This record gives sequence, structure tokens and C-alpha cells, in this order.
Amino acid sequence: MILAKQLLDTLSVNPVTEMDSLSPLRKVLNNDTIRIENLDVYIEDQHILKDINVAIPEKSITCIIGPSGCGKTTLLKTLNRMHDETPEVRINGKVYVDDLNIYDKGVNVIDIRKKMGLLAQRPCPLPMSIFDNVAYGPRIHGIRKRKAINQTVIQYLQYVGLWDEVRGRVRSSASRLSIGQQQRLCLARGLAIEPECILGDEATSALDPLSTRIIEELFLKLKHKYTVILVTHTLRQARRIADFIVFMYLGKVVESGPTEEFFNNPKKQLTRDYLSGSFS
Amino acid sequence: MKFLEEKIFKLIMIGAAVIIMAVLAYIIGTVFYKGLPSLTWEMITRIPGGGFYLGKEGGVLNATAGSVFIITGALVLSMLISIPLVMYINFYLPKRSFFSAIIRFSLDILFGVPSIVYGAFGFALMVYMGIRASLLGGIITVAMLIMPIMMRSLDEVTRLLPRDLPDALLSLGSTKLEMTKVLLRKLMPGIMTAVLLAVGRGIGDAATVLFTAGYTDNIPSSLGQPAATLPLSIFFQLGSPVEEVQNRAYASAVILTIIILIMSFSARYFSSKFLKNK
Repeated sequence: MILAKQLLDTLSVNPVTEMDSLSPLRKVLNNDTIRIENLDVYIEDQHILKDINVAIPEKSITCIIGPSGCGKTTLLKTLNRMHDETPEVRINGKVYVDDLNIYDKGVNVIDIRKKMGLLAQRPCPLPMSIFDNVAYGPRIHGIRKRKAINQTVIQYLQYVGLWDEVRGRVRSSASRLSIGQQQRLCLARGLAIEPECILGDEATSALDPLSTRIIEELFLKLKHKYTVILVTHTLRQARRIADFIVFMYLGKVVESGPTEEFFNNPKKQLTRDYLSGSFS
Repeated sequence: MKFLEEKIFKLIMIGAAVIIMAVLAYIIGTVFYKGLPSLTWEMITRIPGGGFYLGKEGGVLNATAGSVFIITGALVLSMLISIPLVMYINFYLPKRSFFSAIIRFSLDILFGVPSIVYGAFGFALMVYMGIRASLLGGIITVAMLIMPIMMRSLDEVTRLLPRDLPDALLSLGSTKLEMTKVLLRKLMPGIMTAVLLAVGRGIGDAATVLFTAGYTDNIPSSLGQPAATLPLSIFFQLGSPVEEVQNRAYASAVILTIIILIMSFSARYFSSKFLKNK
């Protein structure tokens, strides 16, 4: 009897409409790295994220779009458990990364953050040299051999195209780089901890057009190796680089799907209004 | 009308700046004017000769050494306590925590406690523990005096730290301790300012060391021995009826001023050197 009731409960929690947002991505790719299920986030008494159900496919770029204050950044922060630092935030629901619920008890938060490289809105170099900035991650994660660290630093500085620009001055302060270079340095720093996903929180909004383009091209290069998830408020950027779009409004996922389909054939009226610029 | 207002306020501001500089120039001027003629090499390098309080032989090396020992010890002691405390309330406790509010409130109160009260408290503590007036007693009491100053100014600069940096460090998978280590580098100028404020307050204070460090004509060779201090030596010299000895008080004040200047310049120098890669 109880079992039957439980079964009924589980069935009623997942009505077909909720799975709706999952299905378009599912059709295209079956290998999601990140699955968010029934996620609710509260900050104090405010209900910030409401019943989020989204799957994010691996080795592609997923852009989270939506008007300001719709919870994009909050959603991104749940993925590397940065909300742990603020006790006012309460999280219900499940976030699976490689089939492991990162909010399960006994999951080490450091391991989760190691898997998720974060690129913040404004570049924030550590108060040390360019070299040490990139070497910081490997060092705290236990790599001691000088040769290995040298190799890693050079490899990732080359990867983000910074090596040739800073070759002669890797020992000088990172804060002397231009802001676009700093953002690439932060990307190299994030890559050096060998994550599986790259999270970008409006990572180009503080940059000039040229630096923005360089970073965007890097994202396109990165998606062959990593799962890239970007929060952006520029629709054009999403259209340029995204493979998949998640559109949020007032803490809910309104629609999600492959970029082409999303922009050319949106299913919901709200999405159409947003794309046509009725609200932003 | 608006123009006049602007002018008046500008005048008030310039006036305030001039007054401050004039007071400083007057104090330093008097000290140097009266002190420099009596400031001999002997005064700097010798301990007092016979009958110091009445006479004029020897120097104040005992007090110089005592002051430097006490302030160095007190600095080390108070840094060992203030840095962990400030890191704890800023990086480990949540932003609006009840506990950190209580700590800040008690620091504000301790900040306002007069130094003679610390002196008396230190003395009472020493009597209770059976310690005589000594270098150790002076160090502990001065540390109590400068700790709130240090913590409060450190706390202020730490709160001004942009939130991005801790977030960036945590998202790289740092533990809190690893994060704190990097943030301390960023905070180095603030720490130096806190140290300078504390040194300025601690080294010139006579009331705290009056009962706790005592006074002696010798340079202390262990923590258990009494130690002379420059503020007290100035106090005793000024109290002498002999004019030559009174002038030596100004010479002692010159030495004290120079020590503070050397300390603040070297602190600035080392912090800028240390922070090449900030």
C-alpha cells in the first residue's frame, strides 16, 4: 500500500510538462554530462530558482540566456557549489555531474570545483606573477615537480594564445596585463586544474570587442575537449557560439533546445517575445 | 552665492590642513630644537652613568633597548593573535554572523580603554601570577594595548577586499586556508599600516609600562628582568630640577621620534619590495 503510494508520488512529481524542457536536447544527444533535476534555490525567503529541469550535453557550448535577475548566475553557481559559501542560500533538488549528485552527502566540494573551471565576469588575477597564477591550481592540487609545473603553465598559456605575448615577463605581476589578457590568463588558470566543464559568467561583458572575439574563439576551441556553459545577456553572442540555449525567465526555464531551432522556431510565446525584444 | 559657499568651505579645509601641519611642525620643532644640542653620541650608545636621576653622565641606551625589545615582542605577540582572528571573522564566519558582530563590538570597547587601565590590569595580573615588573610583563601589557588597534585596522582593510578574489580562489578548488594565504599577500599593505599604527601607539606609551616593565639602568638580558623604556625615561628626566637633565629629556624624545621614523620607512620599503607581484 505504502509502496504504491510512493510510486504514485514519484509519478506525480514528474508530469510530462516538466520533462518537456529536457526532451529537445535528449533527442539530439544522449550523453549529457550535467543533469539538473527539480532544483529549487532559495535565498533567505526568496524563491530564486523554481523547479529547474535541464540537461546539458557534453563537449558543446550551452548558453544560458534571459533578462537580468532571472537567476542565470544563481543557476551557474549551483553547478560548482559556490553557494556553499553563503549560508542564506538553501538548495533542494539534484544536480548530476557524470551521474553523481554533487549535493549528495559525502561529496567533496573541492573535487566538484576541480571539475568546473569558472571564468568570472571581471578577470581577477591572483596577487602574484603570471606564471604563479597558472601554476597556482596545479600546486594546490598536489603537483610539486618543477618540471611538470613548468610544462603545464607553458601548455595552457599557449592554449589561450598568451604565451607569445608574455614570454619574456612571466615572472612579472599579472595585474600589469591588459584586461583582455587578464581574462585569458584566468581561463588558462582555470584550465590548468584540468576541469571537465568550463563555466563562464558573462565572461566577456567587461571586455572590448576584440578581446571578446578572442575569448569567443577560445570557447569554440574549448568545446572539443570540454563542456562549456556560459551565462550571457547578449543574444547575438549566444547565437554566434552556442550549440544549445537555455532560456530562463523569473527563475524558471522557459525553453531550451539547439540554437538553430531555438532562434528560428521558438515554441513558447514568451521566447518569441524575448527574441523580438519586447522585454529584456 | 554658490560660489561663495564653495570658497568658504575650501578655506575651512585648507585651514584645517594648515593647523594640523603647524601643530606637527611645532612639536617636532620643539623636540629637535631643545633636544639636538643635548643629543650626544654618548647618550645614544651608553647606559646611564652613576646617579643618573640627579646627574648628567652616560646615556639612555637602557631605555632605547628596552623600548625596542618591548615593542618588538608586543608586535609579534599581537600579530600572532590578531591576524588569525581577523581572518576568522572575515573569511570563515558568514557575513552577517552574530559572533563576529560581538567580536567587533568588544574590539571597539577595548580600543577606547585608556592605557593606564591596561597598565593597572597588567599589574594586577602579574601580582596574581607572582611575576615581578619585567620585560615579559611589559610585552604582554603593551600587546594588550595595541591588539585592538591592530585588529580593528586590519579588519577594516580586510572588509574592503573585493569579493571576486576569494571567489576566484575557491572556484579553483582552494581550501579556506589556501585561500587565506593568498589573501594575506593582497592584504600586506594593510597589515603594514596596522603594524605602524600599533607601533606608534605602543612605543610612546608610558602608562602601560609604568608598573609592568619597571625601570632599570641596565639593558635587560632576559624576559624576567625589568626593562627601562624611553617614555618613562623622558618622564623621569623632565621631573628633574636640573635644567641639563631636563634637556636630556628632549634628546630622548628625539631618539624616540627617530626610532618611529625608521620603523615606518622600513615598513613601507619592505612592504613595497615584498609586493612586487601584487
